[in-house]
Amino acid sequence: MELITIILAGILMGAAAYLMLSKNLIRIIFGTAIFSHGVHLMFLTMGELKRGAVPVLDENVEAYADPLPQALILTAIVIAFALTAIILVLALRIYKELGTNDIEKMKGDPYAD
Amino acid sequence: MKSTLMRAGYKKVSRQMNDVFLQFASKVIFFLIVMFAFNLFFAGHYTPGGGFVGGLLGASAVVLLLIAFDRKTVHKMMPIDYRFMITLGLVFAGVVPTLSFLFGTPFFQHQFTYVEVPILQELSLHTAVLFDIGVFLTVMGACLLIITLVAEEKA
Amino acid sequence: MTLIHLAILLPIIAAVIVGLSKKYSKRIHTGWLVLPVPLLIVIYFLTLIPDVNRHDVLYHSMNVMPNIGLNFDVYVDGLGLLFAILISGIGALVVLYSIGYLSHREDLTSFYIYLLIFMTAMLGVVLNDNVLGLYLFWELTSISSFLLIAFWYNRERSLYGATKSMLITMGGGFLMLGGFLSLYLITGSFSIREMIAQVDLIQASELAPIAIVLILLGAFTKSAQFPFYIWLPDAMEAPTPVSAYLHSATMVKAGLYLVARFTPIFAFSELWVWLILLTGLITLAWASFNAVKQDDLKAMLAFSTVSQLGLIMSLLGLGALGVHTGAAEELFTVAIVAAVFHLINHATFKGALFMLVGIIDHESGTRSLKRLGGLMTIMPITGTMTAITAASMAGLPPFNGFLSKEMFLEVMVNIRHADFSFLSDVSILFPILAVFGSIFTFIYSVILFKEVFLGKETEDTPKTPHEAPWLMLASPLILSLLVIVFGLFPNILSQTIIDPAAMGILGTTTALDTQIYHWHGFDSPALWLTVFIIVSGTLLYMTRHHWMFIYEYHKEHFTLNYLYDRGLVYSRISSKQLNDKFVNGNVSHYLAYVLGFFVIVSIYTFIVNGMAIDIRTASPITLQEMIVVTIILIALAGILVVKSRMVALILLGSIGFSMALLFVMFRSADLGLTQLAIETVTTTIFLLVFSKLPDKESYKYSVKLNIPHLIISVGVALTAIIIGYSAYSNRLFDPISQFHIDNVYDLAAGGNMVNVILVDFRGFDTLFETLVFAIAGLGVYSMMRLRLNTKKEGDDHEEHIDESRL
Repeated sequence: MELITIILAGILMGAAAYLMLSKNLIRIIFGTAIFSHGVHLMFLTMGELKRGAVPVLDENVEAYADPLPQALILTAIVIAFALTAIILVLALRIYKELGTNDIEKMKGDPYAD
Repeated sequence: MKSTLMRAGYKKVSRQMNDVFLQFASKVIFFLIVMFAFNLFFAGHYTPGGGFVGGLLGASAVVLLLIAFDRKTVHKMMPIDYRFMITLGLVFAGVVPTLSFLFGTPFFQHQFTYVEVPILQELSLHTAVLFDIGVFLTVMGACLLIITLVAEEKA
Repeated sequence: MTLIHLAILLPIIAAVIVGLSKKYSKRIHTGWLVLPVPLLIVIYFLTLIPDVNRHDVLYHSMNVMPNIGLNFDVYVDGLGLLFAILISGIGALVVLYSIGYLSHREDLTSFYIYLLIFMTAMLGVVLNDNVLGLYLFWELTSISSFLLIAFWYNRERSLYGATKSMLITMGGGFLMLGGFLSLYLITGSFSIREMIAQVDLIQASELAPIAIVLILLGAFTKSAQFPFYIWLPDAMEAPTPVSAYLHSATMVKAGLYLVARFTPIFAFSELWVWLILLTGLITLAWASFNAVKQDDLKAMLAFSTVSQLGLIMSLLGLGALGVHTGAAEELFTVAIVAAVFHLINHATFKGALFMLVGIIDHESGTRSLKRLGGLMTIMPITGTMTAITAASMAGLPPFNGFLSKEMFLEVMVNIRHADFSFLSDVSILFPILAVFGSIFTFIYSVILFKEVFLGKETEDTPKTPHEAPWLMLASPLILSLLVIVFGLFPNILSQTIIDPAAMGILGTTTALDTQIYHWHGFDSPALWLTVFIIVSGTLLYMTRHHWMFIYEYHKEHFTLNYLYDRGLVYSRISSKQLNDKFVNGNVSHYLAYVLGFFVIVSIYTFIVNGMAIDIRTASPITLQEMIVVTIILIALAGILVVKSRMVALILLGSIGFSMALLFVMFRSADLGLTQLAIETVTTTIFLLVFSKLPDKESYKYSVKLNIPHLIISVGVALTAIIIGYSAYSNRLFDPISQFHIDNVYDLAAGGNMVNVILVDFRGFDTLFETLVFAIAGLGVYSMMRLRLNTKKEGDDHEEHIDESRL
């Protein structure tokens, strides 16, 4: 299964990169969300998959799945959510201020001031 | 939900909505979700769950109410300032680790003990739960703050 | 956790209480609530004097983060105790004074919270044995000083002064941390006492000079020594109680404390002695020379503080010589005693002077020497106290400043007997610098009193001056009385406070039995130097209109302030130029650079180092998992091509929920739950944002095949896959998670390992994660509330600051 999840994670990241390179802010946000999925999957795979029971203490269980990547991914999921929320609101505010969601159009003149 | 989707320009969806059913169902489901959230939160030290999931589920329960009713009604139901919730959460999360100094142990060493209670049998008391309350409150407060703020914004 | 720990932390606890009781304390001035805190602390520390005099070791450890060596270990010896008493004692007086000085209209709660934070920070610095803890408290003093200087934050000068002081002192503090770390590399310990015990190791090490220079930079920036003194005059924008407390009596003395504390460790080094001695004397001469030309009373006092700090610093440098050549060397023990004595004296007379200047400012509305005059008849009490304290500052008998100044002069003359390096060859230099500095000290002391209180009465003041209320006079009165008492009976201090502190600096337990005398006989050189200073000072004062023009040769372009300002401007300009070179405003270009670089570097690494893929240990594949994977792939393909953002959002949600399913299949229930909840909330926010964004068209047009982007993306995907495979195949060490699995019940009394790791084993990470989350929430809050004023372009910078403060 690790074979497949690594490929899947790679594809997710590649597609996310394609989305992030786009001009539209909403597509960029989609891209970041998908990128974090790919990273989480990759990370979980590194801890080896399905090598034991769910890491909840039980007297009858010998081996557990690796709990450390899971804990770190849990943190990462929540942070990724915070990031998505922030850039979504940023996109909203940018649209309110500049009237566009196209990052090409919001460049402005860097030498204005 | 209806107005939200309509303003986004999806008129076909809005015709299929029925607010009465949604509002009644959400009142019931809200409590189910909240109870589930608390269950996950308190059991988190021994079974899957914890402050993050609990907080997020609590937030999504309120989101359900926000969708079924409008923001003002929800605010009347629960007059909570979400900024205060975040502050309280941070205070919990920040103060609990320093409490370990009172026990003469290093920073962030949690204390626990077991108490024998009649009927309920053995209970475990753990300061990690207090820390988790901080996580719970911060996550829930921040989620709801973001959602209500975006909802307030004029289209 | 002992009483000493509690005494250190009491102010910060009180700060929390003051903050919380804001609503309920409207009737009464917040200062009355704060006043008991320093009073309690000073009483407690006074009771410790007998213990310290008996050489009882007051050392209490408290583990904070033992793994990285950060502990809160308090160690009380004579030196620390002297500073602690100064901090809390002057603190009490300053709080009392501030009750009269600051009116109800000011933001009193913030003011006292900052002041209390400072008190804790300062006590933490002087009673700490652990250098990491010392560093943390040290930076906390800089932060609270920044906040207090910027207390009137709508004044531009305040912000400028606050920024300047923070840049300089925090920069120095950071360098000092480097010094501490190099000491750790040598000795393997963060404890000052253990470092002293291992002084042989330090002496032999090559890192020692680096440590010396770095630590001294920290001390010099904090104590405003030449050439770092420029922040102190600008720090005078703070309210006067703050100037009296932080910028004359306590915080600026932290650098002196540091030098004194590290004297037993570094005294072997010639570099240490020379650096301190020369810097101190140059500072003394230069700052007192500059003080004379100041027109603002507080600026004059600021320069005077700088020069007095230089005086004490140079004495400490000579004291190190005493340790270097053995404590029996009477000469240099006197230098340490003089340093400690002058430290106390300076705190009394300068603290009083600042408060008195504050009174003059408060009652007349100006601090400008040109506008003040003849106040003696109007403010007789203030005038008398100014006369006493200024006389003490000038070194006139019978006040305490005279005693320590005379000791200083004597030590400077006696340098010629020193058997150290080529010190005796240039010994004539030191008395000259010392006398030069003292003459100008005398001159500005005279100016301070005479120009303000004598002469013609002026009508030029913004307010009609009158005598201050007793509330404001009480604190300077106490300090002035101390000036007289210490001047007449210096020996009440010598055995109780000065000796233990001096012994703490020297690192000995042999009693010094110091006796301070007023009269040393006619053959004492210090006596004649004092007479010379008074005579020539008077002459120079009388003729000052004939030589003051020399200050005009000191052009703006050659001052250190100019250097600082230019440096700030140029660093801004050059970073902008650098930025403009690479940042052309096209976001996808940046991302293309980043991703392309990532791909190229990884491919290069694999080609050079080779790679081995070994996936024999993979787990079996099941049908359900394949179905979920297929769903994800289909949804992904859909997101890339559909032209409706709503459909794309639904597909994104399906990827999220499929991920939750995958997590559950891979035996991670917590992740599955969290992912489910997160996905729900995320989709809600997306929907909400979409409803406010009518801009659907641009999404539609952006869905176009872009070949260069596609190439980069494929590269990213391939690189990620290759990295994943090779990382999976090559395990360099065993996973550390077995520790968590084994100890989850014994150490943390939990069952769910993931949650136990989050809240217990790695709880520190989670603490900061909640902080990130809270910041995200508040960031969204400020973004939604912030209204940029797009109509007014041009000078809109300040308005933005105002509006973001909603």
